[in-house]
Amino acid sequence: MVTTSDYAGLKPAWCPGCGNFGILRALDKALIEMKIEPHQLLLVSGIGQAGKLPHYTRGNVFNSLHGRPIPPATGAKIANSELIVIAISGDGDAYGEGGNHFLHAARRNHDITYLVHNNQVYGLTKGQASPTSDIGFVTKTTPYGAASPVNPIATAIVNGASFVSRGFAGDVDHLSSLIKKGVSHRGFALIDILQPCVSFNFKNTFQWYKERTYKLEEERYDPRDRKAALEKALEWGDRIPIGVIYEENLPVYEDQLPALSKRALVRHEIDRAKVEALLAEFL
Amino acid sequence: MPTDFNFMVGGEAGQGVQSVGFLLAKVFARGGYHIFADQDYESRVRGGHNFFRVRISNNRIGAIAEDVDILIALDSKSIELHQAEVSSRGIIIFDGERVKGVSSNNGSLLAMPLEKLAEEKAEGKLMLNTVALGAALSVVNYDLGMLDTVLADHFGRGEVGNKNIAAAKAGYDYVQSERKGKFREIKPLSEGKRMLLTGNEAISLGAIAAGCKFMAAYPMTPASSIMEYIAAKSRELDLVMVHTEDEIAAINMAIGAAYAGVRAMTATSGSGLCLMVEGIGLAGITETPVVIVDGQRPGPAVGLPTRTEQADLQFVLHAHHGDFPRAVLAPATIRDAFWVTINAFNWAEKYQLPVIILTDQHLASSHTTVDPLDLSKVTIDRGVLFSDKEDDPSKYMRHRVTKSGISPRAFPGLGKALVVTDCDEHDEEGHLTEDARERTAQVRKRLRKSLLLEREIGIPRKYGSRGAEMTLIGWGSTYGAIHEAVDILRKAGASVNMLHLSELWPFPTTAVADAISKTRNSYVIENNATGQLARLIKAETGHDVSGLILKFDGRPFTPAYIAEAVRKEAR
Repeated sequence: MVTTSDYAGLKPAWCPGCGNFGILRALDKALIEMKIEPHQLLLVSGIGQAGKLPHYTRGNVFNSLHGRPIPPATGAKIANSELIVIAISGDGDAYGEGGNHFLHAARRNHDITYLVHNNQVYGLTKGQASPTSDIGFVTKTTPYGAASPVNPIATAIVNGASFVSRGFAGDVDHLSSLIKKGVSHRGFALIDILQPCVSFNFKNTFQWYKERTYKLEEERYDPRDRKAALEKALEWGDRIPIGVIYEENLPVYEDQLPALSKRALVRHEIDRAKVEALLAEFL
Repeated sequence: MPTDFNFMVGGEAGQGVQSVGFLLAKVFARGGYHIFADQDYESRVRGGHNFFRVRISNNRIGAIAEDVDILIALDSKSIELHQAEVSSRGIIIFDGERVKGVSSNNGSLLAMPLEKLAEEKAEGKLMLNTVALGAALSVVNYDLGMLDTVLADHFGRGEVGNKNIAAAKAGYDYVQSERKGKFREIKPLSEGKRMLLTGNEAISLGAIAAGCKFMAAYPMTPASSIMEYIAAKSRELDLVMVHTEDEIAAINMAIGAAYAGVRAMTATSGSGLCLMVEGIGLAGITETPVVIVDGQRPGPAVGLPTRTEQADLQFVLHAHHGDFPRAVLAPATIRDAFWVTINAFNWAEKYQLPVIILTDQHLASSHTTVDPLDLSKVTIDRGVLFSDKEDDPSKYMRHRVTKSGISPRAFPGLGKALVVTDCDEHDEEGHLTEDARERTAQVRKRLRKSLLLEREIGIPRKYGSRGAEMTLIGWGSTYGAIHEAVDILRKAGASVNMLHLSELWPFPTTAVADAISKTRNSYVIENNATGQLARLIKAETGHDVSGLILKFDGRPFTPAYIAEAVRKEAR
């Protein structure tokens, strides 16, 4: 049986009241409920406050460079397709420094789950604007206000991601169920998570999100309708939808690799006779 | 009489220069000759001017020669540009009906209706290059049957193969009937079969033989043919090659795969490596084995995209910030590229660090004959591994501080041990830390691996007389050209030998210092503008060399060029 103690990690170095605590709780809850053992799990994070999360729970961990959780996560998934791979980023990591990897992982539809702690501001570097800061957001590096934000949900949908969702760090149960759905989904699963930053974002606070978010599960909404999903993706302001925005079964990158069809790549042995045959082709 | 004979095929991109050159090399390789062939091409898909040189010899050769004995000119420009290289007894084969008013001060002209013959005998103008190939072999009275087999192997035994065989025969017969007296007899030798390989093929085969299962890369000349080869063989050999969105993704993906337990690599050229630099440090601090091929081309930036240079040496030695160990290897020959690649994977895993293989366009795309590669000599050493059966997985620490600096590796998901690593400084378990004591211990531990790695470095290759007055020093792909230059100079009475490095880092300090102190004059020969190896020698041994022979026009050295430059320097 998998219990809370299996996922007891180091003591977090986040600010008291940080939205990250809710995300950590939601992740642990999902993993325990799915009966995933830590050794079956690989958490790949980047740099930023979100990047520290894997150290505060348990599993195999590859804490990679800023903006780069996706490439090592997908490389590891291909190398050992038996692993449950979850990549973890912040908004700067995912949509700024790592923007290109985000587009292409969505397009290739790698079988990983991507948690993006989106607090619309840089935390680790102390309060600069992020790619998702609201338009006009004034910070030390954007004295005239931030430019128009990236829309990660719409970007993921138009670029071919097969599971696109939004959660809220202030609703652990809902977020946890989203994570479970994302992990169960075959293909690239984005979970963009609204995460209040108590130290640097005094606009998009717990209260601000709480007043605006509503659950798609409680509406008449079909996440398999791509056009409707794009419409939902554009909804931001007075009402912000959370839940599964788009979900479809699309060809998975790892499924088209013949080498993975029989067993995980890491379990293959070298077949010397086949290498001999290759050499003979050059005679 | 020994055979040392040179063909050149010239024409526009898209005219089939490369296939005629390759087939020439192949047909003589099948006949037991030693081959060295290089390619000179422009960064364009159609038009311009490309050429392919094929040198054949009954002795082992490792470089091109400057004289051309048969020039197959598929366009008039090839005659204009290369007639000066044609030897006095040479022949220029061209289409006399398409190219008029040709004259040459060198050799003799063999005008023949290439295109017409192609149309008449092979139902296709495009086959004119194969007609010329047949004609060239006819001039030396080579075995046409051997060409038929090579064409059938290359183009298949269907319609395309048959048409090429017909085209080659048309060219061959035309020369036999129209031309009286043979230019030179070159008969197949009855020798054992050798492989005909490019440097990139040797690296690809080395990687596969070493058990590399994963490659991620972004196309870039001259490295692309490695990713293409691995992709082409991925189904039958159970490999994965991912064409990533950029070089940053490529190296980071390879590192992820290696962390998960498969041997992994990437390949690029200098400016692609610029983008990959962050990954070199990531592999360094996470102690993840990764093999990176840098097929050098002239820089900076885009430079000369399709040409050759050796100017990335100082870059790859230092690329990335911070102190951590790495290895840098530069294959001396195409054969060496196979074994160096296997070594690279072994060292990467034994010492858990990035290994860079430095080649260049010249090595990457030249062809040479290689004696059969004995796979029973391939050893695979995955280094120290953690075993769940022998040790308690709950106590596993990925970055355990050990005397050797090497921490046993475990792979995520293959056992119960949790494999934790971080690009932040980390504690022994792999969790991020800012503790001063742990930081110091981890840096020291990583650097200790260098001490063991240094012991792997062999003595650089030497050639020529011991105690010679003059030593020529080179590294990487220039081996063959310097080797032959030593022969040329010795024949002319010079007291000269060679010291050649293919394991560049950790630097073989003692061996190099010893060689320099034992000779009166030492010259460093490099395909770059500033003498990067000479600077490395100075930094590591304290020795200055007597002179530099440098070439940075994007073209490879020839033995004759080196010999002449040495004469001038020594004067």
